[in-house]
Amino acid sequence: MMSGGASTSILTIALLIALNLLLLSLLIGLFRAWLGPSVEDRFTAVLLIGTGGVAMLLILSILLQITALYDVALVLALLAVVGTVALTQSESNHD
Amino acid sequence: MTDTLAMLAIFSGLFFFFSGSIGLLRLPDLFSRLHALAKADNVGLALIALGVIILEPALINDIKIVIIWLLVMAASAISSHLVARHALRENRNDD
Repeated sequence: MMSGGASTSILTIALLIALNLLLLSLLIGLFRAWLGPSVEDRFTAVLLIGTGGVAMLLILSILLQITALYDVALVLALLAVVGTVALTQSESNHD
Repeated sequence: MTDTLAMLAIFSGLFFFFSGSIGLLRLPDLFSRLHALAKADNVGLALIALGVIILEPALINDIKIVIIWLLVMAASAISSHLVARHALRENRNDD
């Protein structure tokens, strides 16, 4: 699966460890979406997951040598700000 | 040598991601949580992008990663501003 991947096996293992630690960090941040009393508190967790998803895609594209994942990261970075604008503008039009 | 530098950058970025998500979980109110989120968004993703740029050989992909990083920084600033302003308008009557 990762035969054409990163140059050395130590680098591959370190990238895999970094990927799993990043996922663990996003899981810690996800608790705020569970606990958060207000909508904005939950949405900060969504913003963190958006950025963490971009970072995970950057590491994955180096690990798997799939350069199309950079474009996926670009789209994910765009979608986070579109989601924020949709949340804030829709609720401020509501009241 | 380049692998070591890239790993150093990526794991430093992971440290900032962890501090951002732990701060998102532990800090008391929304505005300090946004402050913690900005650390993960700007410095964490910048260091991970730097590590991926060191590992990525093609110049066009390096330029694309820099564009992703600039986009995420702009999106993070805009999102934090919108969420904080929205929260201020919603909670004007209490505390």
